[in-house]
Amino acid sequence: MASLATGQRLKSAVCNTEIMVISAPDGDLELTCGGVPMGSDGSSESGTVDPNYANGTTIGKRYVNDDGDLELLCVKPGDGSLAVNGTELKIKESKKLPKTD
Amino acid sequence: MNIALFLEMAAEARGDRVAFKDALTGESISFAGLYKAAQAKSQVLHESGASHCALIDTSNLTIPVALFASGWAGIPYVPINYRLTSDEIDALIDRVKPAFVVTDAERREAWTDRSDLIVHERQSFREVHAKSEDVAHWSMDPEGVAVVLFTSGTTGAPKAAIMRHRHLVSYTLMMEFDSADEDEAALVTVPPYHIAGIAAILTSVYQCRRVVQLATFEPDNWLKVAREEGVTSTFVVPTMLSRIVDSLEGQRNADLPNLQAISYGGGKMPLNVIRRAMELFPDTEFTNAYGLTETSSTITLLGPEEHRTALASIDPTTQKRLTSVGLPVPGVEIAIRDDEGRNLPTNVHGEIFVRGEQVSGEYEGIGSRVDEDGWFPTRDAGYVDDDGYLFLDGRADDVIVRGGENLSPGEIEDVLREHECVHDAAVVGMPSQEWGEAVAAAVEVSREVSVEALQMWVREHMRSSRVPEKIQFWDELPYNETGKLLRRVVKAAFVDSP
Repeated sequence: MASLATGQRLKSAVCNTEIMVISAPDGDLELTCGGVPMGSDGSSESGTVDPNYANGTTIGKRYVNDDGDLELLCVKPGDGSLAVNGTELKIKESKKLPKTD
Repeated sequence: MNIALFLEMAAEARGDRVAFKDALTGESISFAGLYKAAQAKSQVLHESGASHCALIDTSNLTIPVALFASGWAGIPYVPINYRLTSDEIDALIDRVKPAFVVTDAERREAWTDRSDLIVHERQSFREVHAKSEDVAHWSMDPEGVAVVLFTSGTTGAPKAAIMRHRHLVSYTLMMEFDSADEDEAALVTVPPYHIAGIAAILTSVYQCRRVVQLATFEPDNWLKVAREEGVTSTFVVPTMLSRIVDSLEGQRNADLPNLQAISYGGGKMPLNVIRRAMELFPDTEFTNAYGLTETSSTITLLGPEEHRTALASIDPTTQKRLTSVGLPVPGVEIAIRDDEGRNLPTNVHGEIFVRGEQVSGEYEGIGSRVDEDGWFPTRDAGYVDDDGYLFLDGRADDVIVRGGENLSPGEIEDVLREHECVHDAAVVGMPSQEWGEAVAAAVEVSREVSVEALQMWVREHMRSSRVPEKIQFWDELPYNETGKLLRRVVKAAFVDSP
């Protein structure tokens, strides 16, 4: 369990997934990828992706919780899926803006 | 967070795709190439010990390299207006030294003896290597300063507006990552020291969209490059669109079928120009974007649908939408307040305030202008209609915006007052077809002098954009009881009798 800070970059311990925290609620929560807690250095231990959390991540997609107070940006894709306190995060639907530059 | 992250992502997803092409030289660089170059130069910047990385040059491939390398190295990137006089540039450089500078060969030569500057021109910057092969990773501290831009203020020295990584990241995240098709290209003609120029680099990289850089604007060449490069989107200031429209005089269609989108901003767009442009570019979507340096560029947008509806409508309210700057972008709120800071209802004119994650509102040496609730006073005047559309009246502080360039009336008045025949002077912006606003002056003279002589006087002392196009002679300039010049009265005289 750890608290997440805006702008922080975290790595999966069991796949290539890396994320950046866009926004996070105060207080501790357990952010996992592939069923294993994420960390700032990834991990040296040779774990594997838990089949229950193996839907994968997509680069550039934003992942949110049901409460809407946690938002992560996937900056490197991998095989594991992101979850908080055991509940898988969902991809946030984006609004299409007109081209501005 | 760090803007360098966006380049890493683009290099990962679309490494082989062309990221930037310089239309002038024909050279290009891929996303992977740009990432490698930014990485190598970040180490050069790091070893230099410089506190800032200043760039004084027209658009070229070293611009995005310097921007991302600075973010990577954790020092602010400072693009400076290359059109300024040497004295003006010297004064700005002194505020960011010890600096690493990328500029033209002539200026490099002039600065060879300065121990507080490490100066490169484009080619030497490309060739310079770091001593160490180490590559430090960038800081993810959201508070790190990414960009410092000098804005022109109303009085005296330009202010150094600060943009932290979190402001620019927040702005860029409005876009969808990797959303551009392989054949998309954005034509960027705004200069590197303009916030729109920086925004264009960041959003294009994030969308993995090719940027075609055009260092100097000339309408016929702009059309030629847009055609040859298959440009699909572009941003122009009103003066550019006006000149493009003029150069298509007599034609029914601009014949640029690939050009999906033109967005414009940075000044007031004359109605007849946008109407004519929509006729000449029938398949192109038009968007009006309003923003400030201090808000990391765009905060409101008038989209293509509103443009079409307004053009087709016979209802005056709907037609008027074409003069609006539109609705706030996601994450941005707008409020109109009076002089006492009270919120005003719709359709009432006041000062525009803005709030959002992308709003920095902070200046070096001055601090933050954002209040405790997060609102930033733009110093622009305007109102919001019943449907939330924002309309601009002009600059609250009387800065003249001529073709996207901000001119300070006070500086021009000072020069005019120095003339031996001039007793007093008032400088205002007047509506201009070509420039959005042009410089006009009302003068009180002590001895007879010609308009031409006064224009010559200003030209001798200032850059040509400051020379008043119209000069009127007044018996007495209007002041209120506290000695404040009533610019509005002067302004009205140039609107009523052009």
